Amino acid sequence: MSEQIYHVSSNPHIRSKVTTSSIMLLVLIALLPTTGFGIWNFGFRALAVVLVCIGSAVATESIFCLIVKKKQTVKDLSAVVTGLLLALNLPVTIPLWMAALGSIFAILVVKLLFGGLGQNFMNPALGGRCFLLISFPTAMTAFATDAYTGATPLAVMKSGGSVNVMDMIIGRTSGTIGETSVIAIVIGACILLLCGVIDLKIPASYILSFACFILLFGGHGFDPAFLAAHLAGGGLMLGAFFMATDYVTSPITPMGKIVFGIFLGILTGIFRIFGPGSEGVSYAIIIGNLLVPLIEKVTVPTPFGFTKKKSAKGGKQA
Amino acid sequence: MTKYTFSGGVHPFDGKSLSKDKPITKLDAQKEMVYPLSQHIGAPAKAIVAKGDHVKAGQMIAESGGFVSAPVHSSVSGTVKNIEPRRTVTGDRVMSIIIENDEACEWVDPDPVEDWEHADRETIIHAIRNAGVVGMGGAGFPTAVKLSPKEPEKIEYIIANCAECEPYLTSDYRRMLEEPEKLVTGLKIIMSLFPHAHGILAIEDNKPDCIQLLRKMTENEPDIDVRALQTKYPQGAERALIFATTGRMINSTMLPADAGCIVDNVDTIVAIYHAVVEGIPLTERIVTVTGDAVKDPRNFKIPIGVSYDYLLEADGGFVKDPEKIICGGPMMGFAMYGLDVPTTKTSTALLAMTKDEVAASEPGPCIRCGKCVEVCPGHVMPFQLANCAEHGDEEGFLKGNGMECCECGCCSFVCPAKRHLTQSIKSMRKIQLGKRKK
Repeated sequence: MSEQIYHVSSNPHIRSKVTTSSIMLLVLIALLPTTGFGIWNFGFRALAVVLVCIGSAVATESIFCLIVKKKQTVKDLSAVVTGLLLALNLPVTIPLWMAALGSIFAILVVKLLFGGLGQNFMNPALGGRCFLLISFPTAMTAFATDAYTGATPLAVMKSGGSVNVMDMIIGRTSGTIGETSVIAIVIGACILLLCGVIDLKIPASYILSFACFILLFGGHGFDPAFLAAHLAGGGLMLGAFFMATDYVTSPITPMGKIVFGIFLGILTGIFRIFGPGSEGVSYAIIIGNLLVPLIEKVTVPTPFGFTKKKSAKGGKQA
Repeated sequence: MTKYTFSGGVHPFDGKSLSKDKPITKLDAQKEMVYPLSQHIGAPAKAIVAKGDHVKAGQMIAESGGFVSAPVHSSVSGTVKNIEPRRTVTGDRVMSIIIENDEACEWVDPDPVEDWEHADRETIIHAIRNAGVVGMGGAGFPTAVKLSPKEPEKIEYIIANCAECEPYLTSDYRRMLEEPEKLVTGLKIIMSLFPHAHGILAIEDNKPDCIQLLRKMTENEPDIDVRALQTKYPQGAERALIFATTGRMINSTMLPADAGCIVDNVDTIVAIYHAVVEGIPLTERIVTVTGDAVKDPRNFKIPIGVSYDYLLEADGGFVKDPEKIICGGPMMGFAMYGLDVPTTKTSTALLAMTKDEVAASEPGPCIRCGKCVEVCPGHVMPFQLANCAEHGDEEGFLKGNGMECCECGCCSFVCPAKRHLTQSIKSMRKIQLGKRKK
């Protein structure tokens, strides 16, 4: 043998440039239009909520790692994404301590106690939001600001009023910080789609199945304005593109993604039309999250070279 | 035009421009030549020379050790110095014949098949077997065995694997440009063995010059098609290639012959040409010497048995210190401990990289992004299989169709958490294959 010994490892010897943190960074970039619009729409208090949520999420993860003597994991940026997503799901008037509490719950209980990144069974940001929604219902639904009277467009519709769909698409309505502007969300979604971070399977099947549900059971027949308002309101777009597509809590199988999306669409429809509240995206997604292992189990892809029926028990099939 | 391709796969940086435009350089043999007896899949060959014997170039020095086996020939004339275990590329010690080159270049008389177009099947296969031809794309499966399926009349397609989908490698590309007539004749020889066979030259579309050249050469051959494949790794993997060109699917328990196909790569087909038309056994091949650490990346025609050290020296040595040296391509090649090992029939390339990307990226937790599932050409779920493998869950591994993995490396390549998926799956597959043999 020659004197020098070189590195050895199993194949492949090259790696793609995409890393966990580069994906998280792209998600943050894709959320910038939405965040920017929220701050412009609701004023600088929105920025304060965003900063508090991100700050407490990162701090929670960092301190947790110190206490349990684990390697610091904040560098993967996933805590930043969770904090930002939670902030976008809060009303601008929320007391800052509540925002911080939601963030801590999301990171500590939903994510870290279950084993950290990749192990959480539901979307941490939505877990945090639902925790706050149940604990502090008044503060979580106080949407009145200087600019808006209070009720969200969906709440107005539920009580029989009419809404301006154009305003909803642009985002000049009341609601949580990040859910109001469809345009800003779609710009962000395009960034994720073009960079290959997400694909259309979950959002498209979610939105389409939800639209079908509204047409069938909405009680308005084929009413484009009603349908458009439902699609544009209540955080459906934010949920479909940014929350339902969360890698960790959505099915990994291609077929499972479509099943998951359809399930969310139907669930959201049921909550909105038949439930007492006017919204339903958050609950639909976290319930969907719980069913992911089951969905994956029944949608395992057929290996190459096998026919669907008799998959892979070692037999020969053409 | 329809694109011939498969679902899954990745697009790594191809690095082919380093070496693709330089003509093949002929390399002379060195003083001490080493011939491992196991350069192929199957039983090792049996030495038929003894220490002190004089051999000629092209002389058989070891005979087939069984049905699935291949003989080994000397690529130089000289004296047998010893027969002893020597370290090979993988780090194993393999019994090898060491020959001291007398530099006389004394060749045995060539023994071609007269008028092969009218020769019978047995004669041609016998010539191929005796010439020690094996799959030269890396697997090393004895070609004569591959060409003897149970029902030859059921073979409909002979696919010449000219995809060369591995990044950095350009040996097949140079061979196609410089000796296309040998490739086409070789393909015709294989086709003559099967009454209903149609020939396909399957080339990735990043080699438009080869496609054009071979199309032109086969204009008047109604039985040979040139097909442009989408450039995507692993387009040249046997199962992916058969699907891309014929639309037929086979799984790991089947042979290409079960789908009416025979697949051989460029260098193998040229070796068949040499064996049948020229009567010369397999003693040379093309090796790509490339990477950002070598001085002058290009292709060499080497006498099989020279050491990698010598090959590298001939190329001018390193310009920068390499961190990792790979025998073969970056996706499926073996990392080498050192260079003092012999080249064999299956040595496709010597790739020296200044940076080891694997060592530089530390694995993190799986974020379930599903990219490995998307790119897997075997349509299995690598993250799950790797998980089973790491936890010793053999039942789960088999149930998840772990044996369908072709170890192409796409999952590890694409994983954003840099997990060693291929490595885990590969280890478990080895364990399972070992158990099957018992």
